[in-house]
Amino acid sequence: MKPGDTFGIRTRQQTKGLAVIELSEVAYSYGGGALFSSLSLALAPGSFHFLTGPSGSGKTTLMKLLYADLRPTSGEAWLFDQPVSAMGREEVTLARRRIGVVHQDVAFLDHLSLAENIGLPLTVSGRGAEAAQYVPDLLAWVGLSHRAEARPPELSGGERQRAALARAVIGAPDVVLADEPTGNVDWAMSQRLLTLLIELNRMGTAVLVATHDLNLIRQSKAQGVVARTLRLKEGQLMAAGAEL
Amino acid sequence: MSGLPPRLAALLSLLAGDPQADRAVPPTGFTATLTLLTAAAMTFLAVFALALSLATGRLADRWADELANTATLRISAPAEQMAAQTRTALEVLGQTPGIASARPLEDAEEAALLEPWFGPGLPLDALPIPRLIEITETGEGYDAAGLRARLQAEVPGAMLDDHTRWREPLVAAAGRVRLLGWTALLLIAGSMAAMITLAAQSALAANAQVIRVLRLIGARDTYIARAFVRRFTLRTLMGAAIGMVLGALALVLLPDAGDAGGFLTGLGPQGAEWLWLPLLPLLAAATAFAATRAAALRTLERQA
Repeated sequence: MKPGDTFGIRTRQQTKGLAVIELSEVAYSYGGGALFSSLSLALAPGSFHFLTGPSGSGKTTLMKLLYADLRPTSGEAWLFDQPVSAMGREEVTLARRRIGVVHQDVAFLDHLSLAENIGLPLTVSGRGAEAAQYVPDLLAWVGLSHRAEARPPELSGGERQRAALARAVIGAPDVVLADEPTGNVDWAMSQRLLTLLIELNRMGTAVLVATHDLNLIRQSKAQGVVARTLRLKEGQLMAAGAEL
Repeated sequence: MSGLPPRLAALLSLLAGDPQADRAVPPTGFTATLTLLTAAAMTFLAVFALALSLATGRLADRWADELANTATLRISAPAEQMAAQTRTALEVLGQTPGIASARPLEDAEEAALLEPWFGPGLPLDALPIPRLIEITETGEGYDAAGLRARLQAEVPGAMLDDHTRWREPLVAAAGRVRLLGWTALLLIAGSMAAMITLAAQSALAANAQVIRVLRLIGARDTYIARAFVRRFTLRTLMGAAIGMVLGALALVLLPDAGDAGGFLTGLGPQGAEWLWLPLLPLLAAATAFAATRAAALRTLERQA
């Protein structure tokens, strides 16, 4: 596999209808320097990807390009077969309802309880009644039932990450993009979070996890996940090597 | 609400609200208080501007009605000719198209008119007081210039006063004051819209992080704007209702100086005119709705 490959899906013509999110020969520059010059990636429905790479390689930027928080300098990003360059803000917003995002610097609404924050994606899309049904189960799964009424500033870093994952998946999105979702949690909890992602993936959700934690990748393989591991280095995306 | 026009249905739906959506935006203490106080103060002022407009309107109408269809003929003649000139004048007036009636004032009526200046018991017989004839016009009116020419020829001591000289400036002045009252109302509405816009923009700027989070999880601009718009509209409605009640109380409690106070004590609305006052909070809320919605959508567009 060569840098610039879309990992089995070569051209936009071929990927049409097959990828939930796609970057096609995307370049991204800032501050006068090019972070990526021609990067392609297609996330097929039900696929599972890990994204690794050294700090500063652009993993977080790549994630932001995938959910249209950033727009490519050149090339094209596609959300659910819609070119992002042709999408208005409202269309991007509606597309984001189908994408669950876990940021490294996760932000919550500090005036709401943890339970309300986790249910927020359903609330804003007019499905607030469903939140009461799903939030308790999700809180239990991420081990935060006892913190349901806590305000976000009262949570530890690990608790915030677990809450962020719960918020990302509550709307049963088509894609989950998780940036270091297990960075601040212990091994047992990281296994629980991984299992949650794997179960979602088995239900058809495409998952992309950016992580430094090679044990997490190995553990997913041990659980029978067929995951592609990509490495981002020097602006190029390539298949991870034998270190796994 | 399916039978309602879409805009009205949207406004009612907005006021009915979505408690969950409202909670998405944090309470903003400073702007909440500012909006409430602004709406109360502006509506308090608006009550007086409205009362001024209504009172001057009444005054202008009264002056116009009372004076529009009447005229006075004054006959100044030597005592021995007075009766003859009065008779001739009445004949001329009776033949003039557009005059419904002409009636010489009785001595008692003339005495009553002069009493404020000369006191009671005025000996009219001993004084060269002109004879006054009260003229009432028909709806079509009469030819004042033609009548003057004829009177000049037939009743040399007659002077026709159709009240135009002093009625028109009074009515015009009252009309101007009424216009000033309505202008003040418009300025108050504009100022309130400007202040609420600033308060809304301040609240939106203070909540930039909240807006970013809401957008990332799929909240549309209309959803975010709606939470702000509803909050500001309801605060304005509440503040304006307080201002309206205080303004109405102030009008009710104006001291009564009787007839001597004239226009000043008649400032408060009368009868059905009080029904205008509850419209002020509704207009204030509508102003806040439009101002906040425009500000919110504009700010959200800029923050994109």
